[in-house]
Amino acid sequence: MKNVKVMGTGCANCRRTAALIEQVAAVAGVEIRLEKVEEPRDIMAYGVMSTPGVVVDGEVVHAGGVPAREKVERWFGA
Amino acid sequence: MHDLPIHWPQRSPRLFLGLAALCWAGLYALLIPVSEALVALLPVARDSHAGAALQFFLYDTPKVLLLLTGVVFVMGMVNSYFTPERTRALLAGRREGAANAMAAGLGVVTPFCSCSAVPLFIGFVQAGVPLGVTLSFLIAAPMVNEVALTLLFGLFGWRVALLYLGLGLGVAMVAGWLIGRLGMERYLEDWVREMPRVRATLEAGSPALADRVDAGCHAVREIVGRVWPYILAGIGIGALIHGYVPEDFMAAIMGREAWWSVPLAVIIGVPMYSNAAGVIPIVQALLAKGAALGTVLAFMMSVIALSLPELVILRKVLKIRLIVTFVAVVASGILLVGYVFNSVL
Repeated sequence: MKNVKVMGTGCANCRRTAALIEQVAAVAGVEIRLEKVEEPRDIMAYGVMSTPGVVVDGEVVHAGGVPAREKVERWFGA
Repeated sequence: MHDLPIHWPQRSPRLFLGLAALCWAGLYALLIPVSEALVALLPVARDSHAGAALQFFLYDTPKVLLLLTGVVFVMGMVNSYFTPERTRALLAGRREGAANAMAAGLGVVTPFCSCSAVPLFIGFVQAGVPLGVTLSFLIAAPMVNEVALTLLFGLFGWRVALLYLGLGLGVAMVAGWLIGRLGMERYLEDWVREMPRVRATLEAGSPALADRVDAGCHAVREIVGRVWPYILAGIGIGALIHGYVPEDFMAAIMGREAWWSVPLAVIIGVPMYSNAAGVIPIVQALLAKGAALGTVLAFMMSVIALSLPELVILRKVLKIRLIVTFVAVVASGILLVGYVFNSVL
Protein backbone atom coordinates (compact mmCIF):
# COMPACT_ATOMS: atom_id res chain seq x y z
CA MET A 1 0.00 0.00 0.00
CA LYS A 2 1.47 3.31 -1.07
CA ASN A 3 0.39 6.63 0.33
CA VAL A 4 0.02 9.15 -2.48
CA LYS A 5 -0.80 12.81 -2.00
CA VAL A 6 -1.64 15.18 -4.85
CA MET A 7 -1.03 18.78 -3.90
CA GLY A 8 -2.89 21.51 -5.68
CA THR A 9 -5.62 24.01 -5.08
CA GLY A 10 -8.09 22.04 -7.15
CA CYS A 11 -7.59 23.04 -10.77
CA ALA A 12 -8.06 20.88 -13.85
CA ASN A 13 -4.38 19.89 -13.91
CA CYS A 14 -4.59 18.62 -10.34
CA ARG A 15 -7.62 16.51 -11.19
CA ARG A 16 -5.87 15.15 -14.28
CA THR A 17 -2.82 14.28 -12.18
CA ALA A 18 -4.94 12.41 -9.63
CA ALA A 19 -6.81 10.53 -12.35
CA LEU A 20 -3.56 9.58 -14.09
CA ILE A 21 -2.07 8.24 -10.84
CA GLU A 22 -5.16 6.16 -10.08
CA GLN A 23 -5.17 4.74 -13.56
CA VAL A 24 -1.46 3.87 -13.66
CA ALA A 25 -1.60 2.33 -10.18
CA ALA A 26 -4.58 0.21 -11.19
CA VAL A 27 -2.79 -1.01 -14.32
CA ALA A 28 0.35 -1.79 -12.30
CA GLY A 29 -1.73 -3.58 -9.69
CA VAL A 30 -0.38 -1.40 -6.90
CA GLU A 31 -2.74 -0.58 -4.08
CA ILE A 32 -2.69 3.10 -3.17
CA ARG A 33 -4.38 5.50 -0.83
CA LEU A 34 -4.85 8.71 -2.77
CA GLU A 35 -5.33 11.95 -0.92
CA LYS A 36 -5.81 15.44 -2.27
CA VAL A 37 -4.08 18.23 -0.39
CA GLU A 38 -5.83 21.49 -1.24
CA GLU A 39 -5.05 23.89 1.63
CA PRO A 40 -2.17 26.25 0.71
CA ARG A 41 -0.86 25.91 4.23
CA ASP A 42 -0.56 22.13 3.99
CA ILE A 43 0.95 22.33 0.53
CA MET A 44 3.63 24.72 1.77
CA ALA A 45 4.42 22.35 4.62
CA TYR A 46 5.93 20.04 2.00
CA GLY A 47 7.88 22.89 0.43
CA VAL A 48 6.04 22.43 -2.86
CA MET A 49 5.92 25.72 -4.72
CA SER A 50 4.63 24.72 -8.12
CA THR A 51 1.54 22.58 -8.19
CA PRO A 52 0.33 20.00 -9.05
CA GLY A 53 2.90 18.32 -6.81
CA VAL A 54 2.99 14.66 -5.86
CA VAL A 55 4.16 13.10 -2.60
CA VAL A 56 4.63 9.33 -2.45
CA ASP A 57 5.13 7.85 1.02
CA GLY A 58 6.13 11.20 2.46
CA GLU A 59 8.63 12.08 -0.24
CA VAL A 60 8.09 14.84 -2.83
CA VAL A 61 8.59 13.10 -6.17
CA HIS A 62 7.13 15.67 -8.56
CA ALA A 63 6.20 19.34 -8.75
CA GLY A 64 4.93 21.69 -11.42
CA GLY A 65 2.45 20.32 -13.91
CA VAL A 66 0.86 17.03 -14.86
CA PRO A 67 3.59 14.36 -14.68
CA ALA A 68 4.40 12.28 -17.74
CA ARG A 69 2.87 8.81 -17.68
CA GLU A 70 6.35 7.21 -17.80
CA LYS A 71 7.29 9.10 -14.65
CA VAL A 72 4.19 7.90 -12.81
CA GLU A 73 4.91 4.33 -13.94
CA ARG A 74 8.34 4.54 -12.31
CA TRP A 75 6.79 5.38 -8.93
CA PHE A 76 4.80 2.18 -9.00
CA GLY A 77 7.59 0.07 -10.45
CA ALA A 78 5.64 -0.69 -13.61
CA MET B 1 4.80 2.56 -25.75
CA HIS B 2 8.51 1.68 -25.80
CA ASP B 3 8.90 1.76 -29.54
CA LEU B 4 11.61 3.54 -31.47
CA PRO B 5 9.89 6.83 -32.45
CA ILE B 6 9.65 7.95 -28.84
CA HIS B 7 13.28 7.30 -28.05
CA TRP B 8 15.33 8.48 -30.99
CA PRO B 9 14.83 12.23 -30.28
CA GLN B 10 16.44 11.57 -26.92
CA ARG B 11 19.43 9.81 -28.39
CA SER B 12 20.19 12.45 -31.02
CA PRO B 13 18.40 15.63 -29.96
CA ARG B 14 20.31 17.85 -32.39
CA LEU B 15 19.30 15.75 -35.38
CA PHE B 16 15.72 15.74 -34.13
CA LEU B 17 15.66 19.53 -33.73
CA GLY B 18 17.12 20.04 -37.23
CA LEU B 19 14.65 17.68 -38.88
CA ALA B 20 11.72 19.09 -36.92
CA ALA B 21 12.62 22.64 -37.98
CA LEU B 22 12.84 21.55 -41.64
CA CYS B 23 9.49 19.75 -41.53
CA TRP B 24 7.89 22.73 -39.84
CA ALA B 25 9.19 25.22 -42.44
CA GLY B 26 8.13 22.88 -45.27
CA LEU B 27 4.61 22.52 -43.93
CA TYR B 28 4.32 26.25 -43.41
CA ALA B 29 5.34 26.93 -47.03
CA LEU B 30 2.69 24.47 -48.24
CA LEU B 31 -0.20 26.14 -46.41
CA ILE B 32 -1.43 28.50 -49.13
CA PRO B 33 -1.12 26.15 -52.15
CA VAL B 34 -2.74 23.26 -50.27
CA SER B 35 -5.65 25.32 -48.98
CA GLU B 36 -6.23 26.78 -52.45
CA ALA B 37 -6.11 23.32 -53.99
CA LEU B 38 -8.54 21.93 -51.42
CA VAL B 39 -11.05 24.69 -52.06
CA ALA B 40 -10.71 24.16 -55.81
CA LEU B 41 -11.67 20.51 -55.30
CA LEU B 42 -14.86 21.46 -53.46
CA PRO B 43 -18.06 22.27 -55.35
CA VAL B 44 -18.09 25.96 -54.40
CA ALA B 45 -17.01 29.00 -56.34
CA ARG B 46 -13.73 30.44 -55.02
CA ASP B 47 -15.03 34.01 -55.10
CA SER B 48 -18.37 33.22 -53.43
CA HIS B 49 -19.12 33.84 -49.78
CA ALA B 50 -18.86 30.17 -48.92
CA GLY B 51 -15.68 29.78 -50.94
CA ALA B 52 -13.99 32.67 -49.17
CA ALA B 53 -15.08 31.39 -45.78
CA LEU B 54 -13.84 27.88 -46.57
CA GLN B 55 -10.48 29.10 -47.82
CA PHE B 56 -10.12 31.25 -44.71
CA PHE B 57 -10.89 28.25 -42.51
CA LEU B 58 -8.70 25.79 -44.40
CA TYR B 59 -5.75 28.18 -44.42
CA ASP B 60 -6.03 29.74 -40.97
CA THR B 61 -6.65 26.58 -38.98
CA PRO B 62 -3.47 24.72 -39.97
CA LYS B 63 -1.52 27.99 -39.92
CA VAL B 64 -2.45 28.83 -36.34
CA LEU B 65 -2.05 25.23 -35.16
CA LEU B 66 1.37 25.02 -36.82
CA LEU B 67 2.49 28.32 -35.30
CA LEU B 68 1.22 27.25 -31.91
CA THR B 69 2.96 23.87 -32.06
CA GLY B 70 6.25 25.51 -32.98
CA VAL B 71 6.05 28.22 -30.35
CA VAL B 72 4.84 25.89 -27.60
CA PHE B 73 7.66 23.46 -28.37
CA VAL B 74 10.33 26.18 -28.25
CA MET B 75 8.78 27.67 -25.11
CA GLY B 76 8.68 24.21 -23.53
CA MET B 77 12.44 24.05 -24.05
CA VAL B 78 12.97 27.64 -22.85
CA ASN B 79 10.77 26.98 -19.82
CA SER B 80 13.15 24.28 -18.70
CA TYR B 81 15.75 27.02 -18.09
CA PHE B 82 13.37 28.98 -15.87
CA THR B 83 11.98 26.80 -13.13
CA PRO B 84 9.96 28.62 -10.45
CA GLU B 85 12.80 27.84 -8.01
CA ARG B 86 15.37 29.54 -10.21
CA THR B 87 13.10 32.55 -10.78
CA ARG B 88 12.62 32.87 -7.05
CA ALA B 89 16.37 32.77 -6.48
CA LEU B 90 16.83 35.48 -9.14
CA LEU B 91 14.29 37.77 -7.49
CA ALA B 92 14.99 37.15 -3.81
CA GLY B 93 16.30 40.14 -1.91
CA ARG B 94 16.04 42.54 -4.85
CA ARG B 95 14.74 46.03 -4.37
CA GLU B 96 11.55 47.20 -6.03
CA GLY B 97 11.70 49.11 -9.27
CA ALA B 98 13.89 47.25 -11.74
CA ALA B 99 12.91 44.02 -10.00
CA ASN B 100 9.27 44.62 -10.97
CA ALA B 101 10.28 44.71 -14.64
CA MET B 102 12.39 41.61 -14.17
CA ALA B 103 9.56 39.80 -12.39
CA ALA B 104 7.08 40.64 -15.15
CA GLY B 105 9.53 39.38 -17.78
CA LEU B 106 10.24 36.20 -15.85
CA GLY B 107 6.49 35.70 -15.50
CA VAL B 108 6.30 35.20 -19.26
CA VAL B 109 8.94 32.46 -19.41
CA THR B 110 8.46 30.66 -16.09
CA PRO B 111 6.01 27.80 -16.44
CA PHE B 112 3.29 27.32 -13.91
CA CYS B 113 -0.25 26.11 -13.72
CA SER B 114 -2.81 28.72 -12.68
CA CYS B 115 -3.54 26.77 -9.51
CA SER B 116 0.08 27.28 -8.43
CA ALA B 117 -0.51 30.97 -7.87
CA VAL B 118 -0.93 30.71 -4.11
CA PRO B 119 1.89 28.26 -3.32
CA LEU B 120 4.18 30.31 -5.58
CA PHE B 121 3.09 33.50 -3.89
CA ILE B 122 3.94 32.12 -0.45
CA GLY B 123 7.18 30.57 -1.66
CA PHE B 124 8.32 33.89 -3.12
CA VAL B 125 7.38 35.98 -0.10
CA GLN B 126 9.00 33.45 2.24
CA ALA B 127 12.29 33.73 0.40
CA GLY B 128 12.32 37.50 0.71
CA VAL B 129 10.95 38.54 -2.69
CA PRO B 130 9.18 41.87 -2.01
CA LEU B 131 5.36 41.76 -2.11
CA GLY B 132 5.06 44.14 -5.07
CA VAL B 133 7.64 42.21 -7.08
CA THR B 134 5.84 38.93 -6.36
CA LEU B 135 2.58 40.47 -7.58
CA SER B 136 4.23 41.75 -10.78
CA PHE B 137 5.21 38.15 -11.47
CA LEU B 138 1.77 36.77 -10.66
CA ILE B 139 -0.03 39.32 -12.84
CA ALA B 140 2.22 38.89 -15.86
CA ALA B 141 2.45 35.10 -15.79
CA PRO B 142 -1.09 34.13 -16.76
CA MET B 143 -1.85 37.24 -18.82
CA VAL B 144 1.18 37.38 -21.09
CA ASN B 145 2.00 33.90 -22.27
CA GLU B 146 3.07 32.17 -25.42
CA VAL B 147 -0.39 30.85 -26.25
CA ALA B 148 -2.03 34.28 -26.05
CA LEU B 149 0.75 35.91 -28.07
CA THR B 150 0.84 33.22 -30.76
CA LEU B 151 -2.91 33.28 -31.22
CA LEU B 152 -2.97 37.08 -31.44
CA PHE B 153 -0.09 36.97 -33.92
CA GLY B 154 -1.63 34.21 -36.03
CA LEU B 155 -5.10 35.75 -36.18
CA PHE B 156 -4.58 39.51 -35.95
CA GLY B 157 -0.96 40.11 -36.93
CA TRP B 158 2.29 40.99 -35.17
CA ARG B 159 1.23 44.54 -34.33
CA VAL B 160 -1.61 43.40 -32.09
CA ALA B 161 0.58 40.69 -30.53
CA LEU B 162 3.40 43.14 -29.76
CA LEU B 163 1.02 45.71 -28.30
CA TYR B 164 -0.53 43.06 -26.11
CA LEU B 165 2.94 41.95 -24.95
CA GLY B 166 4.10 45.49 -24.17
CA LEU B 167 0.92 46.63 -22.45
CA GLY B 168 0.50 43.38 -20.52
CA LEU B 169 4.04 43.68 -19.16
CA GLY B 170 3.40 47.36 -18.45
CA VAL B 171 0.27 46.67 -16.40
CA ALA B 172 2.07 43.93 -14.42
CA MET B 173 5.10 46.12 -13.71
CA VAL B 174 3.23 49.25 -12.71
CA ALA B 175 0.51 47.47 -10.71
CA GLY B 176 3.11 45.49 -8.74
CA TRP B 177 5.27 48.55 -8.18
CA LEU B 178 2.30 50.60 -7.01
CA ILE B 179 1.13 47.96 -4.53
CA GLY B 180 4.71 47.72 -3.27
CA ARG B 181 4.71 51.50 -2.70
CA LEU B 182 1.53 51.23 -0.64
CA GLY B 183 3.38 49.08 1.91
CA MET B 184 0.65 46.52 2.31
CA GLU B 185 2.71 43.70 3.81
CA ARG B 186 0.60 43.83 6.96
CA TYR B 187 -2.42 42.72 4.96
CA LEU B 188 -0.96 39.31 4.32
CA GLU B 189 -2.73 36.65 6.37
CA ASP B 190 -1.02 36.20 9.73
CA TRP B 191 0.03 32.61 9.15
CA VAL B 192 1.82 33.64 5.96
CA ARG B 193 3.79 36.33 7.76
CA GLU B 194 4.65 33.92 10.56
CA MET B 195 6.02 31.23 8.28
CA PRO B 196 9.75 30.67 8.75
CA ARG B 197 11.93 32.46 6.23
CA VAL B 198 13.65 30.20 3.76
CA ARG B 199 16.76 30.78 1.73
CA ALA B 200 16.16 30.59 -1.98
CA THR B 201 18.53 27.93 -3.20
CA LEU B 202 19.08 26.49 -6.61
CA GLU B 203 19.03 22.79 -7.30
CA ALA B 204 22.37 21.71 -8.72
CA GLY B 205 22.79 20.60 -12.30
CA SER B 206 20.82 21.57 -15.36
CA PRO B 207 19.00 19.19 -17.69
CA ALA B 208 20.67 17.89 -20.86
CA LEU B 209 19.53 18.96 -24.32
CA ALA B 210 17.65 15.67 -24.71
CA ASP B 211 15.64 16.45 -21.58
CA ARG B 212 14.80 19.91 -22.91
CA VAL B 213 13.60 18.37 -26.19
CA ASP B 214 11.53 16.03 -24.07
CA ALA B 215 10.10 19.00 -22.16
CA GLY B 216 9.22 20.65 -25.48
CA CYS B 217 7.37 17.55 -26.70
CA HIS B 218 5.58 17.25 -23.38
CA ALA B 219 4.48 20.89 -23.61
CA VAL B 220 3.11 20.36 -27.12
CA ARG B 221 1.12 17.31 -26.02
CA GLU B 222 -0.15 19.12 -22.94
CA ILE B 223 -0.98 22.53 -24.35
CA VAL B 224 -1.77 22.03 -28.03
CA GLY B 225 -3.66 18.86 -27.12
CA ARG B 226 -5.84 20.91 -24.83
CA VAL B 227 -6.42 24.16 -26.71
CA TRP B 228 -7.02 23.01 -30.29
CA PRO B 229 -10.82 22.78 -29.94
CA TYR B 230 -10.94 26.44 -28.88
CA ILE B 231 -8.84 27.44 -31.85
CA LEU B 232 -11.07 25.52 -34.23
CA ALA B 233 -14.09 27.20 -32.64
CA GLY B 234 -12.45 30.61 -32.87
CA ILE B 235 -11.53 30.32 -36.51
CA GLY B 236 -14.84 28.64 -37.29
CA ILE B 237 -16.72 31.58 -35.80
CA GLY B 238 -14.50 33.98 -37.69
CA ALA B 239 -15.25 32.17 -40.95
CA LEU B 240 -18.97 31.70 -40.33
CA ILE B 241 -20.00 35.18 -39.27
CA HIS B 242 -18.02 36.62 -42.12
CA GLY B 243 -20.76 38.43 -43.96
CA TYR B 244 -23.70 36.87 -42.16
CA VAL B 245 -23.89 39.43 -39.34
CA PRO B 246 -23.74 43.12 -40.26
CA GLU B 247 -20.17 44.44 -40.00
CA ASP B 248 -21.02 47.16 -37.52
CA PHE B 249 -23.31 45.01 -35.39
CA MET B 250 -21.06 45.43 -32.33
CA ALA B 251 -19.78 48.88 -33.18
CA ALA B 252 -22.62 50.65 -31.39
CA ILE B 253 -22.04 48.86 -28.10
CA MET B 254 -18.35 48.11 -28.22
CA GLY B 255 -17.04 50.57 -30.76
CA ARG B 256 -14.56 53.30 -30.02
CA GLU B 257 -17.21 56.03 -29.73
CA ALA B 258 -18.84 54.46 -26.71
CA TRP B 259 -16.70 55.63 -23.78
CA TRP B 260 -18.33 53.26 -21.35
CA SER B 261 -17.52 50.21 -23.45
CA VAL B 262 -14.06 49.68 -21.89
CA PRO B 263 -15.22 49.61 -18.24
CA LEU B 264 -18.15 47.44 -19.29
CA ALA B 265 -15.79 44.99 -21.00
CA VAL B 266 -13.67 44.78 -17.83
CA ILE B 267 -16.69 44.31 -15.57
CA ILE B 268 -17.98 41.52 -17.77
CA GLY B 269 -14.52 40.01 -18.05
CA VAL B 270 -13.54 39.71 -14.38
CA PRO B 271 -16.08 37.08 -13.26
CA MET B 272 -15.39 35.06 -16.40
CA TYR B 273 -12.69 32.49 -15.97
CA SER B 274 -10.88 31.13 -18.95
CA ASN B 275 -7.43 30.72 -20.40
CA ALA B 276 -6.10 32.60 -23.40
CA ALA B 277 -7.26 29.98 -25.88
CA GLY B 278 -10.81 29.96 -24.51
CA VAL B 279 -11.29 33.69 -25.04
CA ILE B 280 -9.98 33.72 -28.59
CA PRO B 281 -13.27 32.66 -30.22
CA ILE B 282 -15.05 35.54 -28.46
CA VAL B 283 -12.31 38.00 -29.32
CA GLN B 284 -12.44 36.89 -32.94
CA ALA B 285 -16.21 37.36 -33.10
CA LEU B 286 -16.16 40.79 -31.41
CA LEU B 287 -13.37 42.18 -33.58
CA ALA B 288 -14.88 40.91 -36.79
CA LYS B 289 -18.09 42.74 -35.98
CA GLY B 290 -16.66 46.18 -35.38
CA ALA B 291 -15.80 46.20 -31.69
CA ALA B 292 -12.84 48.48 -30.97
CA LEU B 293 -9.50 46.74 -30.50
CA GLY B 294 -8.73 48.37 -27.13
CA THR B 295 -12.08 47.33 -25.74
CA VAL B 296 -11.60 43.75 -26.89
CA LEU B 297 -8.04 43.52 -25.53
CA ALA B 298 -9.18 44.97 -22.19
CA PHE B 299 -11.86 42.29 -22.13
CA MET B 300 -9.32 39.57 -22.89
CA MET B 301 -6.88 40.81 -20.25
CA SER B 302 -9.51 40.99 -17.53
CA VAL B 303 -10.78 37.51 -18.30
CA ILE B 304 -7.28 36.03 -18.09
CA ALA B 305 -5.65 38.16 -15.37
CA LEU B 306 -8.49 38.57 -12.89
CA SER B 307 -10.89 35.78 -12.13
CA LEU B 308 -13.26 35.07 -9.28
CA PRO B 309 -12.05 31.52 -8.54
CA GLU B 310 -8.47 32.80 -8.38
CA LEU B 311 -9.47 35.60 -6.00
CA VAL B 312 -11.24 33.11 -3.75
CA ILE B 313 -8.01 31.11 -3.48
CA LEU B 314 -5.91 34.24 -2.99
CA ARG B 315 -8.18 35.18 -0.10
CA LYS B 316 -6.54 32.38 1.88
CA VAL B 317 -3.25 34.28 1.92
CA LEU B 318 -4.28 37.93 1.49
CA LYS B 319 -6.55 39.95 3.72
CA ILE B 320 -9.58 41.51 2.10
CA ARG B 321 -8.02 44.95 1.88
CA LEU B 322 -5.07 43.72 -0.11
CA ILE B 323 -7.36 41.73 -2.43
CA VAL B 324 -9.51 44.79 -3.09
CA THR B 325 -6.41 46.90 -3.75
CA PHE B 326 -5.01 44.23 -6.04
CA VAL B 327 -8.19 44.03 -8.10
CA ALA B 328 -8.60 47.80 -8.20
CA VAL B 329 -5.02 48.45 -9.34
CA VAL B 330 -4.98 45.73 -11.98
CA ALA B 331 -8.43 46.64 -13.29
CA SER B 332 -7.45 50.32 -13.55
CA GLY B 333 -4.33 49.32 -15.48
CA ILE B 334 -6.42 47.28 -17.90
CA LEU B 335 -8.91 50.15 -18.27
CA LEU B 336 -6.07 52.47 -19.15
CA VAL B 337 -4.77 49.99 -21.73
CA GLY B 338 -8.21 49.84 -23.32
CA TYR B 339 -8.53 53.62 -23.56
CA VAL B 340 -4.98 54.11 -24.84
CA PHE B 341 -5.50 51.48 -27.54
CA ASN B 342 -8.80 52.97 -28.62
CA SER B 343 -7.43 56.47 -28.87
CA VAL B 344 -4.15 55.58 -30.61
CA LEU B 345 -5.44 53.13 -33.22
